[in-house]
Amino acid sequence: MEMNPREELKKLREKKRLELHERKGNENIIEILIGMGSSGIASGAKNVLQALNETLEERGISNAIIRKTGSLGLDHAEPTLEIRMNGMPDIIYGKVTPDVTRRIVDRHILGRELVCGHVFDKPAQDVVKEPKHAL
Amino acid sequence: MPYKKFCLVCSGKQCESGKSEEIYKELKKLTMESSICQNVQIVRTGCFGLCSKGPIVKILPDETFYVNVDVKDAKAIINDHIIAGQPVERLMLKHDNPAKESRFYQKQIRIALRNCGIINPEDITEYIARDGYAALSMALFEMKPMDIIEELKKSGLRGRGGAGFPTWMKWKFTHDIKDQADEIFIICNADEGDPGAYMDRSILEGDPQSVLEAMALAGYACGSSMGYIYIRAEYPLAIERLYKAMDQAREYGLLGKNILGSGFDFDIEIRLGAGAFVCGEETALIASIEGERGMPRPRPPFPAVKGLWGKPTVINNVETYANIPKIILRGGDWFGQIGTEKSKGTKVFALTGKINNSGLVEVPMGTTLREIIYDIGGGIPNGKAFKAAQTGGPSGGVITAEHLDTPIDYETLGALGSMMGSGGMIVMDEDDCIVDVTKFYLDFSVDESCGKCAPCRIGTRKMHNILRKITMGKGTMDHIQQLRALAVPMQKASLCGLGQAAPNPILSTLKYFEDEYLAHIRDHRCPAGVCKALVTYTINPDICIGCTVCSRKCPNNCITGERKKPHVIDQDNCIKCGICHEGCKFGAVQIA
Ligand SMILES: Cc1cc2nc3c(=O)[nH]c(=O)nc-3n(C[C@H](O)[C@H](O)[C@H](O)COP(=O)(O)O)c2cc1C
Ligand code: SF4
Ligand code: SF4
Ligand code: FES
Repeated sequence: MEMNPREELKKLREKKRLELHERKGNENIIEILIGMGSSGIASGAKNVLQALNETLEERGISNAIIRKTGSLGLDHAEPTLEIRMNGMPDIIYGKVTPDVTRRIVDRHILGRELVCGHVFDKPAQDVVKEPKHAL
Repeated sequence: MPYKKFCLVCSGKQCESGKSEEIYKELKKLTMESSICQNVQIVRTGCFGLCSKGPIVKILPDETFYVNVDVKDAKAIINDHIIAGQPVERLMLKHDNPAKESRFYQKQIRIALRNCGIINPEDITEYIARDGYAALSMALFEMKPMDIIEELKKSGLRGRGGAGFPTWMKWKFTHDIKDQADEIFIICNADEGDPGAYMDRSILEGDPQSVLEAMALAGYACGSSMGYIYIRAEYPLAIERLYKAMDQAREYGLLGKNILGSGFDFDIEIRLGAGAFVCGEETALIASIEGERGMPRPRPPFPAVKGLWGKPTVINNVETYANIPKIILRGGDWFGQIGTEKSKGTKVFALTGKINNSGLVEVPMGTTLREIIYDIGGGIPNGKAFKAAQTGGPSGGVITAEHLDTPIDYETLGALGSMMGSGGMIVMDEDDCIVDVTKFYLDFSVDESCGKCAPCRIGTRKMHNILRKITMGKGTMDHIQQLRALAVPMQKASLCGLGQAAPNPILSTLKYFEDEYLAHIRDHRCPAGVCKALVTYTINPDICIGCTVCSRKCPNNCITGERKKPHVIDQDNCIKCGICHEGCKFGAVQIA
């Protein structure tokens, strides 16, 4: 019997939500969000993305997931990178250049320390912690 | 060994002038001296946005937020908080309402922007993971079209495209006549022509699926199976992501025939606009989709009754749509709790101009301008004074310092002679000339007037001419009278909002900054030093050290003087290019 499409959508949502949630709980996964809206791209996000890919490869980091997103609203600090990994607070880096990207990989991801001068705060807590509600 | 705690010290401009650098050094010194240096890292960060309470220090991971920190507080932070684990109460940000404490200074609520910067806009499953299409699925199986409109009514959502018309009413008009029409259309207005506004583009680039879902909801509620997104061709990234989003939605059975097996069909096409401001006006937009020249026509009949190809048409703005799935999912009452009495929910503002943290902010209606500019926007750069904020683009006006504490919503902005518009907010400081800014908006209106009706076509040009004369020092007292006299017939007789609103920037600035107009007219002086014709550059002999930079740079060779002696400008030959002013490292070239 074919499954009802509505059920399928629900299943997909649960599965995908768990995936996104588990990433952080999972010891090994490093999530890197890069703002690739117009303002991000205009201020150099493409070069940052390239530097990120290269550095991760050079350092042999294979457990990082790069996710491209739209603008976070922090236009004055673009390009932005958000790093989410176990053992470190979620941090948004702003005014990131290819050079800073390499420092972020070496110092934040490998060295577990923050990169001075490029930490920017989130525009709103609600962005991350969404209030619970019934589906 | 990885660090266990992080001590973030703001090194934004404002905090830096409050000695944040010394605090940073002190914290660093204290940690180095103690055994904890391997456990805590002291970090310099960008501005937190609460500059008025700076210098600011934040401790991670516990997120303790310290304000008005002094160098001598460093010891307490290290000894009490970092070593003994006892946060320093007296430095923590106090809030009258403890419930709000958890959000600290964070005054934003993100509903329309809920997914922007969070999900990958090119992956529909990430949208679905964040409750995407849950509203559509619920609506199709558990709600009748009228139930949806009822939720919208409860929510109090009003159009975010400018006029603020209640969204549920538009949908209801169309819903009520759907049985008399053979076809009904849903349109998304993504033209976004307001100078300084880019929230619609950001939503389409960051979360295109939310708009598709909302349009499908509109289709179901109003009995339509076809939607159009009208977007300007200057937004290539948004267009590309929209196409990808539509392909994926079709693939997942969320767009097209028999959506989710419910029997409901709905599909969407994209129409590109050439980027004329007037094409954002709904009747002009409809003409443009029909392949005609984008010119407005008289209303009524309104598009809800007679729109695209003469059929009933619902037309809404991108941000309006982006709110809708969330409203359906969480209920209109939830949305209605946010905001003010008559303006519900949140509004996205594009904060630009003389502001530290430019960018998109989404705040509840009723947030004050002060909160937006100082708490979120981080204040005015370089310690300059706030002069005014321009809202509503060419249809709007200015809000001045005396209104910083007015809660912002559709009504209050209107009462101040400005407008919500689409949400562009351009911040001006003491270096901006009000007459010059107003001239810029009139210039825009002259260029963008479609020319169909005389009051707008001729009026905008006349007004612009007068403003040009004033900025050139050729203004007369009569000019102010003439500006006022032109405004009323334009507001009354123009066919569309462009001409009706074109005098708004003038009326608004005349109301609050008449003395600045008078300074230009009577004293031949531009107080902000912007209007070139009214400016004189002089060299202050007490400051000038005779470095000769200015005389070498002057394109007209009108600066003379011996090396190491004060220089002078020959006023008769000066072309007022300002190069000497920019070039002098000592600030000796002064503007008057
Ligand atoms: C000259 C002019 C330009 C306009 N430009 C836009 C625009 O770029 N985007 C938009 O959504 N609405 C624009 N509008 C408002 C639309 O006519 C219409 O009211 C709006 O799209 C309705 O959507 P809403 O109810 O969701 O706000 C413009 C109106 C005028 C008079
Ligand atoms: S008011 Fe201006 S833009 Fe509108 S129809 Fe008349 S001429 Fe065209
Ligand atoms: S304003 Fe330009 S032309 Fe006039 S003195 Fe300065 S550099 Fe020369
Ligand atoms: S400069 Fe420190 S909070 Fe803005």
